[in-house]
Amino acid sequence: MKKVLEVKDLNVFFDTYKAEVQAVRGVSFDVHEKETLAIVGESGSGKSVTSQSIMKLIPMPPGKFAGGSIKFNGEELLDKSEKQMEDIRGKEISMIFQDPMTSLNPTMTVGKQIAESLIKHQNMSKSQARKRGLELLELVGIPNPDARIDQYPHEYSGGMRQRAMIAIALACNPKLLIADEPTTALDVTIQAQILDLMRDLQDKVNTSIILITHDLGVVANAAHRVAVMYGGKIVETGTVDEIFYNPTHPYTWGLLGSMPDLDRDGEEELQAIPGTPPDLSDPPKGCPFAARCPYAMKVCENHMPDYFELSDTQKSACWLLDERSPKVEPPESAKVGGSKRDEE
Amino acid sequence: MSQPELNRAEIEQTDFEPLVRDESDAEKISGESTSYWKDAWRRFKKNKLALFGVGVILFLAFMSFFGGPISGYDYYTNNYAITNQSPSADHWFGTDNLGRDVFSRTWYGAKISLFIGIMAALIDVVIGVIWGAVAGYFGGKVDEYMMRIADILYSLPYLLVVILLMVILPQGLWTLIIAMTFTGWINMARIVRGQVMQLRNEEYVLAARTLGANSNRIMFRHLVPNTLGPILVTLTLTIPNAIFTEAFLSYLGLGVQAPLASWGTMTNDAIGALQYYPYQLFFPAFFICLTMLAFNVIGDGMRDALDPKSRK
Amino acid sequence: MPPEIEAQMNAKYGLDDPLHIQYFDYLKDVAQWDFGPSLKLTGQSVNDIINRSFEYSLLLGLESIFLALAFGILLGVIAALRHNSGVDYTAMVIAVLGISVPNFILAAVLQYFFAMKLQLLPVAGFDSFAHTLLPAIALATTPMAFIARLMRSSMLDVLSSDYIKTAKAKGLNERVVTYRHALRNAIMPVVSYLGPLVVAILTGSFVIEEIFNIPGLGAEFVNSVTNRDYTVIMGTTVFFSALLLVSILLVDLLYTLIDPRIKFGKEGGKS
Repeated sequence: MKKVLEVKDLNVFFDTYKAEVQAVRGVSFDVHEKETLAIVGESGSGKSVTSQSIMKLIPMPPGKFAGGSIKFNGEELLDKSEKQMEDIRGKEISMIFQDPMTSLNPTMTVGKQIAESLIKHQNMSKSQARKRGLELLELVGIPNPDARIDQYPHEYSGGMRQRAMIAIALACNPKLLIADEPTTALDVTIQAQILDLMRDLQDKVNTSIILITHDLGVVANAAHRVAVMYGGKIVETGTVDEIFYNPTHPYTWGLLGSMPDLDRDGEEELQAIPGTPPDLSDPPKGCPFAARCPYAMKVCENHMPDYFELSDTQKSACWLLDERSPKVEPPESAKVGGSKRDEE
Repeated sequence: MSQPELNRAEIEQTDFEPLVRDESDAEKISGESTSYWKDAWRRFKKNKLALFGVGVILFLAFMSFFGGPISGYDYYTNNYAITNQSPSADHWFGTDNLGRDVFSRTWYGAKISLFIGIMAALIDVVIGVIWGAVAGYFGGKVDEYMMRIADILYSLPYLLVVILLMVILPQGLWTLIIAMTFTGWINMARIVRGQVMQLRNEEYVLAARTLGANSNRIMFRHLVPNTLGPILVTLTLTIPNAIFTEAFLSYLGLGVQAPLASWGTMTNDAIGALQYYPYQLFFPAFFICLTMLAFNVIGDGMRDALDPKSRK
Repeated sequence: MPPEIEAQMNAKYGLDDPLHIQYFDYLKDVAQWDFGPSLKLTGQSVNDIINRSFEYSLLLGLESIFLALAFGILLGVIAALRHNSGVDYTAMVIAVLGISVPNFILAAVLQYFFAMKLQLLPVAGFDSFAHTLLPAIALATTPMAFIARLMRSSMLDVLSSDYIKTAKAKGLNERVVTYRHALRNAIMPVVSYLGPLVVAILTGSFVIEEIFNIPGLGAEFVNSVTNRDYTVIMGTTVFFSALLLVSILLVDLLYTLIDPRIKFGKEGGKS
C-alpha cells in the first residue's frame, strides 16, 4: 500500500524556563492510504505534540524540531516554509481537536468558518462556498443545514459542534485527517456516533486518519493499526488484532488491563498502572517505562531496548523479548474478551 | 532511535536479572516539593523590577523619617529672604515661593503620602474582607443585599464621590482617608467574595464544619487565609491609587491643608510657577511617579508570583 | 440685606418651605432638566453653565477616548504578537509608566516642554485642533496604559485558544488569523472597560481643563467646588451621572454587536 505519511526519528523539544523538555524522542511511524492509525498513550506521552508537529503547528519558540523527518506524499514537511505549509494545512492535511466547545470561533457563524478554507484552497466564491458548506453540513449529519449554517457555535450542541469541526476538516477532501482525541469531551452515546461518522466519511472521501486517543475502546472501534506511546517514544506498534490479542510490551498490558470490558468477569478488577510518567526534562537513560514496570530488569534501567520485530506489522521495544530474559506471561487482566483468543 | 545503535550481544547475562527496587523509592515524589508561599517568594525574588520597587519603598520610608533631620530644616518655616532658590549646597532641592526648604518638605510629603496610601488601603482591606467574606460565606439573600449595596456604591465614579465628600466633611487628614475609603473597599469585597464562594464548598471547609467549628472560625481561620494572595495583591495595587487620589485632591486644593506639605500641594504650587521655576515641579512630581511605579511593579510581581498560571 | 427684601427672596426661591418640599421642588425641576440658578455667578443658571461648557469637554473627551483606545489596543496587540520579545517588554514598560504617572503631572510636563520650551503647540486655551492635542494626550495616557495591558493579556489568552489552532489548521495565514479570528474575541474585555474609561476621562478633565485653561465642564465643576456653589455642584453631578448612564447603555449595545452570544430579549437580531 502507498504510504501517505512517513515519520522518521522525529524529535521535538520544548524550552521551558526550568529546562529543555524532550516531549518526542525518536518517533517513527507510517500512515498508509485509506487507513486509520491510532496513537495511544496517557497524557504527557507526546502523542499530541507528535500530531501537531505533522501540521507544524507547534509554537516555535519554545518548541523546536531536534532532528528527524516528516515526509508527506514523499515531500519533506520540515523543509517547507510557513507559506508552503499554509497551502498544505486544511487542504492536504486537516485536524480535529479535542474540545468542540472551544475549537470553534464563538464570534463567527459556522457557515463562515467552513467557507474560509474553501475560499482559501479551492478558490471558491462566497456563494459557491456557502453551497458547498450546506452539502458538508448535510454530509456530517446536521439536520436542517439551511438554518444551521447561519448560526453561531453556541447555538449548537457539543456533538453538533464536533460534526461541524469534521465538516471544516473535510471541506477540501484532505489526504490525511488528524483527529486529536475527537471524542474525549463528548457524551458516551455521542462518541459512538462521531466515530461512526468518521468511519463512513473515510470511505466516502478516501482519507487516511491519525486518531490520537487514550481510550483503547475507541481504538478497537475505529483503527486499523495502533502505535502505543510512552514517555515520548513509541513502545509498541502493530495491527489492532496484534495489539489486542498478542500484546508484548508491559505498558500495553497495563493499558489493556485498565480498560473496562463488558465480557470480563465481575470478580476481576480494573488494573491501574502504579506510579507516574517520567519527567521528560530529564528523561531516563533506559526504557522510560522501567520505573513503573513490574517486570523490570537491570538492563532496562540502563539501556533503551531496540525494536524486536514480531511480525511484518508488529514491533515492540522491550527487553523481555530478548531470549536471555526470563519468560513472562501477560497478566490475565491484559487478555481481551478471552473468547477470540481461544479461537486462534 | 536517536542513540547509537547498541549491540545486544554486548549486554551481559546478569543484566537480565529482575531489578530489585528499594521500596521507599516507589513513593518518592520526583522534584523538590515546596510550600505555596516559599514557591511564591522564590518566583518573586526572580523579578528584578519588583525587587527594585521594594527597595524604593524602603528607601522612601526611611527618608520620610530621617530626611527632615538630615537637612537641618523643618518643612513649615517661611524665610522670605531666600524664596524660589535653585538647588544649592544649603538647600539641596532649593526653596519654594515662601522660602521653605524643598528637601525637607519632600520627605515630609513622603510621610503624608505613604501614611494616607497605606492607611486607606488597610481600611479598605478590613471593611472589604469582612464584607466580602460574610456575603460570600452566607450566600443567598444576605449576599444578594450586601452585594447590591456594593454595586450601587460602585457605580458612582470614585473621584467624584471623594470630591463631593470633601466638600461636605470638615477638612483634615482623616477626612481625606475616610472619603477615599467610602467606596474604595468595594473592589476588595468583590474579590474576597468571589474567592470565598469558590472555597466554601471545598472539602476542608466541610471537614472543619463537621468538626464543629462555628461560622466565624471557618470564615476567618479557614477561608480568609486561603484568599490571602489576591488580598495582598489588591492591597498593594490600592496604595498607588490612594497616593494618586491624595495628590489629585491636594492639587485641586481639597486635600491636605497648609502648612502641612504633601506631594500634591507641592505639585500644585510648582505648576503655578511652572514658567519661571520649572525645576520646582521636578521633585514632588518625580517622587509621586516613583512611588506609584514602585507599588505598581510590586503588585504586578506579587500577582505573577502568587498565581503562576496567570503569568504571561 | 433689609429684612423685607430677604423675605421676598425667600418666598421667590421657596426658602420658607419645609426642607422636604424644597427637595421635591428641586427634583421636579431636575426632572424637567432645570438645575436652578447658580449661587455664586449672578444672573447665570446652572443650565447656562452646562450648555456653555459641555461642548468643549465633549470634544476633548471624545478625542481622548479615541487616542486611548487606538494606541492602547495597538500597543497591546503588538506586545501579544511579539510575546516575550523586546517589543513586548518595551510596550509593557511604557504601560506601567503610563499607569504610574498621574495625569496632572503629565499635563504639566507636556505643557512645559512642548508649549513653553519648544513652542510647538499652544500653551492653553481651546481654539484649534492644535490646542486639543496636549490635554487630550495627558487625559488619554493612563487609560491607554490600562487598555494596553488588558488587550495584551486578553490577546494572549485568545491566541492560545483552540479556535485559533483550528483557524491555523485551516491554512489561514497569520495576518488573517490575527485580524479575523483573534482580534474580535480579544477585544471584549476592552469593551467592558469602556465604562471605567469614560469615568477616568471625565474625572481627569477636572484637572486637565484647569491646567490648560479650557472653559469646559470639568473646570466649571472644580470652580463650583472651590466656591462652594452648591446648585452648580448638584447640577453638574446630576449631569455627569446621566452622561455615565448613557455611555454605559451605549457600551451594552456595543457588546451585543460584537458578541453574538449576548442578545437583548428573545428577538434580538443577528449582529
